[in-house]
Amino acid sequence: MTDPTPTASSPLLAVRGLSKAFLGVQALDGVDFTVRHGEIHALLGENGAGKSTLIKTLTGVYQRDAGTVTLEGRTIAPRGVEEAQRLHIGTVYQEVNLLPNLSVAENLFLGRQPMRFGMRFGLVDRGAMRRRARAVLIPYGLTLDVTAPLGRFSVATQQIVAIARAVDMSAKVLILDEPTASLDAQEVAVLFKVMRTLRSRGIGIVFVTHFLDQVYALCDRITVLRNGRLVGERRTAELPRLDLVAMMLGRELEAAAHRIAPPVDDAEEDARPPLVRFRGYGKARSVEPFDLAIRPGEVVGLAGLLGSGRTETARLVFGMDRADRGEAAVDGQAVRLRGPRDAIRLGFGFCPEDRKKEGIVGALSVRENIILALQARQGWLRPIPRRRQEEIADRFIRLLDIRTPHAEQPIQLLSGGNQQKALLARWLATEPRLLILDEPTRGIDVGAHAEIIRLIERLCADGMALLVVSSELEEIVAYSRRVVVLRDRRHVAELRGGEVAVDRIVAAIASESVPVEPRP
Amino acid sequence: MTRSAPGPSRNLPQYGALAAVLLANWLLFPDFFSIRLQDGRLFGSLIDVLNRGAPVALLAIGMTMVIATRGVDLSVGAVMAISGAVAATLTQAGWGLLPVLAASLGAGLLCGLWNGLLVAVLRIQPIIATLILMVAGRGIAQLVTEGQIVTFTSPGLAFIGSGSFLTVPMPVVITAVLLGVTALLVRMTALGLMIEAVGVNRLSSAGAGVNTPVVLIAVYVWCGLCAAVAGLVVAADIRGADANNAGLWLELDAILAVVVGGTSLLGGRFGLLLSVVGALILQAMNTGILLSGFKPEFNLIVKAGVLMVVLLLQSPTLTLFLPRPAGPRPAQPPVRPPTPPRAKPESPSPSAGA
Repeated sequence: MTDPTPTASSPLLAVRGLSKAFLGVQALDGVDFTVRHGEIHALLGENGAGKSTLIKTLTGVYQRDAGTVTLEGRTIAPRGVEEAQRLHIGTVYQEVNLLPNLSVAENLFLGRQPMRFGMRFGLVDRGAMRRRARAVLIPYGLTLDVTAPLGRFSVATQQIVAIARAVDMSAKVLILDEPTASLDAQEVAVLFKVMRTLRSRGIGIVFVTHFLDQVYALCDRITVLRNGRLVGERRTAELPRLDLVAMMLGRELEAAAHRIAPPVDDAEEDARPPLVRFRGYGKARSVEPFDLAIRPGEVVGLAGLLGSGRTETARLVFGMDRADRGEAAVDGQAVRLRGPRDAIRLGFGFCPEDRKKEGIVGALSVRENIILALQARQGWLRPIPRRRQEEIADRFIRLLDIRTPHAEQPIQLLSGGNQQKALLARWLATEPRLLILDEPTRGIDVGAHAEIIRLIERLCADGMALLVVSSELEEIVAYSRRVVVLRDRRHVAELRGGEVAVDRIVAAIASESVPVEPRP
Repeated sequence: MTRSAPGPSRNLPQYGALAAVLLANWLLFPDFFSIRLQDGRLFGSLIDVLNRGAPVALLAIGMTMVIATRGVDLSVGAVMAISGAVAATLTQAGWGLLPVLAASLGAGLLCGLWNGLLVAVLRIQPIIATLILMVAGRGIAQLVTEGQIVTFTSPGLAFIGSGSFLTVPMPVVITAVLLGVTALLVRMTALGLMIEAVGVNRLSSAGAGVNTPVVLIAVYVWCGLCAAVAGLVVAADIRGADANNAGLWLELDAILAVVVGGTSLLGGRFGLLLSVVGALILQAMNTGILLSGFKPEFNLIVKAGVLMVVLLLQSPTLTLFLPRPAGPRPAQPPVRPPTPPRAKPESPSPSAGA
């Protein structure tokens, strides 16, 4: 793998050949990772890259199978978060792992409260604790009532308190796991200031994030993981964005993707009235306002890195999340999407990313899962007769080749691909006009994967409008007429016709944050 | 109606337990199955089990659907007290039978609506949401009766508790009718499917367009109505309303009846008839213990022991330890083999009693 550039100082934290497997699945495979004194080091990678396994191995949540971890030359093997903390590795998670009902001071000194009358059985010296808490927070520019419950403060403040706690417990390595995911721009700025201060004090910061702009604004070095392996470590200044995205996605940029969507006359296409049109549609802290139009018989792809706002866009379109700005129209008529029921009434369907949690109704049969949306739309007073239910279920089981012993099998016993097909059947039974698919091929075996892609193409040819989110760029390129590219919760580009190609998508993801005017 | 039960084997624990308890009663008390007709009404221990079991069976009907949505309604006992207090007080105030029934059932519906709104709209956990009315309900009932035990002599209202229809005691008739109406309501419409869907996965159901708040409110309202009917039956039987004691702790019996009937507290599949069978198992045990002349101190212990056996027989963990039928173990959870190769000593199988 890429050898890190030799530096004058010896590394603060050196991970060499780290491996970790779960039930035979290699989550980390011989990964090297180096953090130096006084640097902010971005740890990047897509889903399943191994970032969180690496962090959890460093903090003692998991024990490594192979490899070495040395901190300032000393080999360490923490067996728990507390031990990691004692070994000077502090961690702050996106969801702050402190206790919101305790005061700020108590959170700062939990488990190490200043004591009176002896350390073991003495009493907590509350006065000393408050004084020390105030002192600890001053360098972070926080002057707040340290006796107030932590939960009363913003997530940003809570995170800084968590950082302050970790640093005060003499952390030399500070791991920040997606700290900015739920912060607004101003809060991010405050957090960055704190991070820069800590860097100047010689602390090594590991920064996990999905926001590339933040990586370039702050980080000295970048380590990219993919599928449990190290892709490489680079200096931020020497790594163009395009190369970074290519490293994360693992693509040969030269290879032009093979495109199967039929070429269409764009001018003629654009003249057709859209089925749905969104203008300035968005939701605070979810996705920036966007414009989007989808025509019948058209597949629009949503591409972007994890956390870029793809799923959020899909959920807004279906009304799963409620937009707080902008307007939506179907067939030129203004509509309001207050929930899935509104969307379904308008002829929308949505296969969510998390099939198990938000898609299937596990203990019910395949038949019941397939007819559920149709039945819900008809209302409870007009039950679909059992015979008809069976006909519908059997038809889709045949049509989509759902592998199940019979229609009465509980859906949770089916494989992921067959569950996905049953969910598609649920929506197809309602004869939707717009089908929204969030990662329709994730976690699905190769055979089912190809079938689902063929199905998307067939539905499109039948005149259905589709909005598809996928991390598989080749896949998106294969079936989309247009591709909307997202970055940092913003629609940054819309590619169409000949522009729809993997390298163009990657370039758009990597582009500097100059907002591209979405075309109507 | 009991779609949770494709074959009879699945319901074996319930029907087996009921049969075993009845047989045990017969052994202790040979006259147990004798039924006689007197003054145009059936009498006998078996009839007594049905009659005395009616209030809990009524509660269990409503409770089944609440539990199927992954909820629980702790307030049914208090709602019984309210409906009884309303009926007795208004009857004493000279209201006619129909307005009294309407007011009493209406009170139950309102209570159910309150619970439903807390659970569905404010998204309070069901156990907490209904605990509020469990506590407050008795207070409301006491306010209605002004702290007195209100008695009445109206023969019309009393008929509900002690009358009979075609020789069958009214509480039994009412339970059968409510069971039938409820079963029709949930199984002839799509309501049953939606209740089960919401109970298994509320998020997925909402995403598929199921109106989850309305489904939740509907089951709590129906549960309130069932509790009000049970309260009427009890008040009519004793010709009075005791706000402090009417329906006291019966919510626990109702939950037990549902669980014994095989509906999981985790929501999903439910069987109304099986819950009523569960209620009858409880009542048959109560009656048996009374008849047996055991010291009353033993009653609760015996009851607990029998219940444990019934519940263990439904437990997927225990089925792992039972001798397996030939072939690989089915992936589906708690299907009990229809004929265990060896009778377990604690199994209340009918043959053990004969």
